[in-house]
Amino acid sequence: MAHFTKATSVHDWLNQRLAIDTLQRVLSKEYWIPKNINFLWAMGMVLAFTFGILLVSGIFLLMYYQPHVDTAFDSVNFTIMREVEFGWLWRHVHAVAASVVFLIIYIHMLTGIYYGSYKKGREMIWISGMLLFVAFSAEAFSGYMLPWGQMSYWAGMVITNLFSLGSLEFNGLVEWIRGDYVPGQAFLDRFFMLHVLLIPLAILGLIGLHFGALRIPHVNNQDGEEFDFDEEAAKYKAGNKKESKVIAFANDFLSKDMFVVSIYLIFFFYLVFWHFGFAMDAINFDPADGLKTPPHIYPEWYFLWSYEILRPFPKDPGLVAFGFAQVIFFLLPWLDRSPNAVPASRRGLFFFWFWAMVIDLIILTAMGKLPPQGIYSTIGLFAAWAFIGLWVILPFITRNEKRA
Amino acid sequence: MKEFKILAVVIFFTLVTYWLVEPFAHSQMHAHVESEGFSYDDLPPLEKTGDATRGQDLVMGAGGCIGCHSIEAAGFPAAMDAVTNSASYGVNPPDLSNAGGIYDAKFLAALIKNPTQALMVEHKFTPESGKMHPMIAFYGAGGDIDQEVADMVAYLQSIAPKPDQITPAQAFETACGRCHSVKYENWTQIGEKPVFKKKRDELVFLTQLEDYNANLMGYMGKLPPDLSMYIRSRGEHYLSTFIENPQNLLHGTAMPRVGVSKDGAEKVLEYLVEAGDPKHAERDSVGVKVMIFLLVFAAASYLWKKEIWKDLH
Amino acid sequence: MGKVFGAVAGVGAVGALYAMKKSWDPLPSVKAAGFTTVDLSAAEPNKLMVEKWRGKPIFILKKTPEMVAKQSAEQTARDIVVNGENFLICIGLCTHLGCIPAYREAKQDFKCACHGGEFDSSGIDTLAPPPSPMVIPPFNVKGNTVVLGEEGETYRQMKDAGVLA
Repeated sequence: MAHFTKATSVHDWLNQRLAIDTLQRVLSKEYWIPKNINFLWAMGMVLAFTFGILLVSGIFLLMYYQPHVDTAFDSVNFTIMREVEFGWLWRHVHAVAASVVFLIIYIHMLTGIYYGSYKKGREMIWISGMLLFVAFSAEAFSGYMLPWGQMSYWAGMVITNLFSLGSLEFNGLVEWIRGDYVPGQAFLDRFFMLHVLLIPLAILGLIGLHFGALRIPHVNNQDGEEFDFDEEAAKYKAGNKKESKVIAFANDFLSKDMFVVSIYLIFFFYLVFWHFGFAMDAINFDPADGLKTPPHIYPEWYFLWSYEILRPFPKDPGLVAFGFAQVIFFLLPWLDRSPNAVPASRRGLFFFWFWAMVIDLIILTAMGKLPPQGIYSTIGLFAAWAFIGLWVILPFITRNEKRA
Repeated sequence: MKEFKILAVVIFFTLVTYWLVEPFAHSQMHAHVESEGFSYDDLPPLEKTGDATRGQDLVMGAGGCIGCHSIEAAGFPAAMDAVTNSASYGVNPPDLSNAGGIYDAKFLAALIKNPTQALMVEHKFTPESGKMHPMIAFYGAGGDIDQEVADMVAYLQSIAPKPDQITPAQAFETACGRCHSVKYENWTQIGEKPVFKKKRDELVFLTQLEDYNANLMGYMGKLPPDLSMYIRSRGEHYLSTFIENPQNLLHGTAMPRVGVSKDGAEKVLEYLVEAGDPKHAERDSVGVKVMIFLLVFAAASYLWKKEIWKDLH
Repeated sequence: MGKVFGAVAGVGAVGALYAMKKSWDPLPSVKAAGFTTVDLSAAEPNKLMVEKWRGKPIFILKKTPEMVAKQSAEQTARDIVVNGENFLICIGLCTHLGCIPAYREAKQDFKCACHGGEFDSSGIDTLAPPPSPMVIPPFNVKGNTVVLGEEGETYRQMKDAGVLA
């Protein structure tokens, strides 16, 4: 048993019991971040902020939402949007944040790929991040069911049908997932549970893992420079802040993060108040109708690239390609054979691979929304093959990369 | 500076993606129809000046409008209730009290002379279909038919309230409300739904509504949709051009051209905004306040960052 | 500068809390449903009529002339006179722990089954544990009807006289 003395202050009382001084030192004052970083390194904080916004707005939506096929649509569009004071604000904030969070996730991911931040001991950061991406995708999909509009219903129908696994005809599995032959009451109830409880729990756990995974390998820096963190930290603590290559998480890094967050919030709330249409599809303001498919159905923009990898192929190969797209990003740390953890601009062919991938993802995204006909189908097919091809050649172009 | 270059790259790719999946993709999915300003150019122009007194005799006379229509404003209440009316005509014929204030005059004249043409429902009432439009064309009372029609229109205009006295709800109820419900405004096809103390009274009302809608469904082919959220699901431009000419956007639809004047259409849209997006003004005002706060917040965070980083660089 | 930043962030947090507080308020539809009109013309003497107002039972008792005749001044002060008839109108919840007392027509009093409390025909507590009379809700007499939830002239007079509960 530890030795306790009579506390001299509230701070001391807490410190004896919770070691708050140590916590503060380890988590902020002496949590070292490289100095040589740009605003892209603030995306983690931006994501944490956005997740907080989703959590708070979600709590207020949860107070009035009714997960019942007869009342869900009206509880959202009448009760929350018309009756509850500021209900419209929570809903618009929640919808826009759900969409924007993926923009930031993609920027965060592509930053990691560009700077090689998944290598040399940082593999777990990448894996936990990819797991978070999957969890956020599941969270977004389950949340999209809840307003029970036309897009909710038909997205629920189409995506759960994927689990029949094409010619394998696992229709029993599809019915098990839905709890019914079609998306109905059981389906809405269980996706409600997933959205407000199980997946958020998983996300919170994964965020913990993601942060923990950063601790030992430390955050990468803008030039891929390797240095001794202890040595640099000693310089900082000795007062040579200008020469040290590291800064403290708080308040050095935090003050920069908060500035980036403040700019982000201006952009975010501009979307919330005046430009929410991209995140709240008009078709979903029609109540769910199981006997009428809307003329155009498409996923939210952040799923379009993987949807387009499914769509141009025949049923079974399409599912295989789709499955490939879902898992391949996980394998990046091993498919990239080069030991260089430096910016892509110093990595020869990989630089071109990176930008080809970015452009291909954008083309896939665009084609995923356009009607699947004529030239769009052809472009989509080529882009899907290009996606697969890029991953196939990645080990070969990185194997012989020169040491940067 | 390097960070601005990186930011420019991020913004560029974000905007390209946005443009592709939103404005561009939607332009490829939906045909864009321009408004004709509710001018109804396909209908013959009004050449005669009407006389309201003579118009009154024609409207009230044998074979005139009040055989089927009520005109509450002129002391002619409906002879039958909405459900009975719908059993005879398929839909409850509109009360004409404010018709002169909501509908376009040229449209009214064309409607009296040739209903199916003015309403653009000729495809539904072909000789082969064996169906007759419930409103019969006016064949004239023996004089100059164009003059007679102009007189009738003049009469309807003379009894209608001034356009600025017609509320959005009245405009909607007359022009759309006999076929469309608006649940969020408590509007049903047979009128506003009262608050019932007894379950039984409510069931009686709902049964009447069901009967009415069954007749309406027989007449229209399907039950016209509830319009509560249409301002969000279709948007103002689509609704406005759709009201002007449904055939342009949904070829072959059973919905007739409504024939509202520009002013009448604006009132109908105002009603739909109140039903489906009543907080739009609050959204703007709260938005401006939040933006002002965020600018101050950004300035404070920038100054804080600068203060801390001057020791680090 | 850190303090300034913290203060600005605090202002934002207060703004958010304001919106959160407003979101907890009762909905307009709930508030609009807070007024109930009761027609008293159907009431029968010495028969308890129970109405629902804001989710609570409302006791309405039309008194017979004999009941009125033998009432004390304290009891009569709580009567609401509509069209020359005396009525008891009160929230039908025992002031002890909120059970609904039953009316005994023969004894012309109320008995609470939970803990045995009793009230007379004017809703005044006559046997413990209830510590006070049953509460008279805000009302407004309009012809033969009363609107519950509205504070009318008679209600304000009774409130000033201190006889509501």
